[in-house]
Amino acid sequence: MTKFLGIDHMNAAYGDMQALWGVSLKINEGEIIALIGPNGAGKTTLLRTIAGLHRPTSGTVQLGDTALHVLPAYRIVNEGVILVPEGRKLFGSLTVLENLELGAYSRHAREARFKTLHHVFELFPILEERQKQRANTMSGGQQQMLAIGRALMGLPRLLMLDEPSLGLAPMIVQNIFEIIKLMNDQGVTIFLVEQNARQALELAHRAYILEQGRVVGTGTGKELLHNNEVRQAYLGFAPATRHEKR
Amino acid sequence: MSLHSFAQTLVFGLFVGGIYGIAAMGLALVFGVLKMLNIAHGELLMLGGYVSLWVFQTLGIDPFVSLAIVIPVLFAVGLLLDRTVYRHIVRLLGEEKIKNSLLVSFGLTLVIQNLAQWLFTADERTIQVSYVGEGLNLLGVSMPYTRLGSLFIALAVTLVLNYFLHHTYPGKAILATAEDFEAAELAGINIHRVYMMTFALGASLASIAGTFVTVTYGISPSIGIIWTLKALIVIVLAGTGSILGAFPAGILLGVVEALSGAFIGAAYREVVGLVIFLLVLILRPQGLFARS
Repeated sequence: MTKFLGIDHMNAAYGDMQALWGVSLKINEGEIIALIGPNGAGKTTLLRTIAGLHRPTSGTVQLGDTALHVLPAYRIVNEGVILVPEGRKLFGSLTVLENLELGAYSRHAREARFKTLHHVFELFPILEERQKQRANTMSGGQQQMLAIGRALMGLPRLLMLDEPSLGLAPMIVQNIFEIIKLMNDQGVTIFLVEQNARQALELAHRAYILEQGRVVGTGTGKELLHNNEVRQAYLGFAPATRHEKR
Repeated sequence: MSLHSFAQTLVFGLFVGGIYGIAAMGLALVFGVLKMLNIAHGELLMLGGYVSLWVFQTLGIDPFVSLAIVIPVLFAVGLLLDRTVYRHIVRLLGEEKIKNSLLVSFGLTLVIQNLAQWLFTADERTIQVSYVGEGLNLLGVSMPYTRLGSLFIALAVTLVLNYFLHHTYPGKAILATAEDFEAAELAGINIHRVYMMTFALGASLASIAGTFVTVTYGISPSIGIIWTLKALIVIVLAGTGSILGAFPAGILLGVVEALSGAFIGAAYREVVGLVIFLLVLILRPQGLFARS
């Protein structure tokens, strides 16, 4: 595995409010990396900053030899780093097919768009059935699939997903996680932000924990699943009592 | 009122409405994509009219033919204004953006208006084509060629715009940016380029309307604000998110104004338009042609 995306000492702020404090992490090619942490920890800010929607106040984002933190958002998409944003942000009044076509806007993606479309329809057959339907008339789960499909149309090398399971029924969440695994098997590196820490850690090769804008822990998914502090804070286990410790 | 004069009034309402429609589509496009109200839209219309007049007087080119010159000229003016002025406003957020866009475009209105007065004097001018006053006569309803030509070109432009927005990649990028600029960026669209192209396109549409105004009515440096207001009424009628809906809404306003002018009295024609404007705001604030 080769080093792929590196974030080095990133600080980010909204006005006077600092949201990220010296965040460093790295993602290797082919990995699934999960980022967990409580609400307001800065997870979404971190993804938005990598995607170029928010400028860091200092620090760097490096993809191979390319510095991403100086590029506008659309150029970062061209480099193959694509975000499926929180809340999906579909083009609601446009059709499913138009949403997918727009996902392949950058030049190299546009050239391959018929092939990619075929692939996306294989992953999400429902999108092919509904291709003429307006995006905002679909159910939450279908919209999330469309959001992921639209991102795939841009030919991502690194796909970043912000809370893909938010507000979805358990069965659909299961389905989305299976598809994340499948996309990873097909060679897409995944950076996953989730409230649903258990499923994220089960799926991920490695994970980072972000609290109050700082990376406070890292390890493999398995390690973190069995770490007491993580179990108490994110997996809903009560602190071990004295009785249990004996 | 006889059926004949009713028909004549209706037809003239259609003709005026076509110009309202084209003017309003330009404003709606800029409003929908850049999310700012360009008060100087009417001044761009006026400038377009003067370019048409100037080409007619110096080169003797028919105003309908010279659209091929007028549109690119105003497209370039639009690019220039975006790069120098609007680009700095479009980045702002929320209230700051609204306030600044109103102030700056109002200031631009004064600048362009005074510039026009200095260049062209305050006299009202018009383009006197050789076929002025001639036209078709259908069952006693007269249709001057100048107005007929304007309406047909307006219709054709609307169809072309519809095709461009829904069936080409740059057009879809405009719709996508209008819907959600961040999602557009995440799809790989260079939104600043979209803003620039959209503003230039808005100026081009204004110039087409300006040409029609110069051919069918007449032009002076002070007409801009009247057309901005008309276009504003039309985009509220259509629904502020509806770019192409502005054309039928413009036709509607033109017809209503013409009929009320004939039935109630010429002094009230503007009033009826504004009453409808208020009724739409109260009863159907999302607009008549907006998809809910």
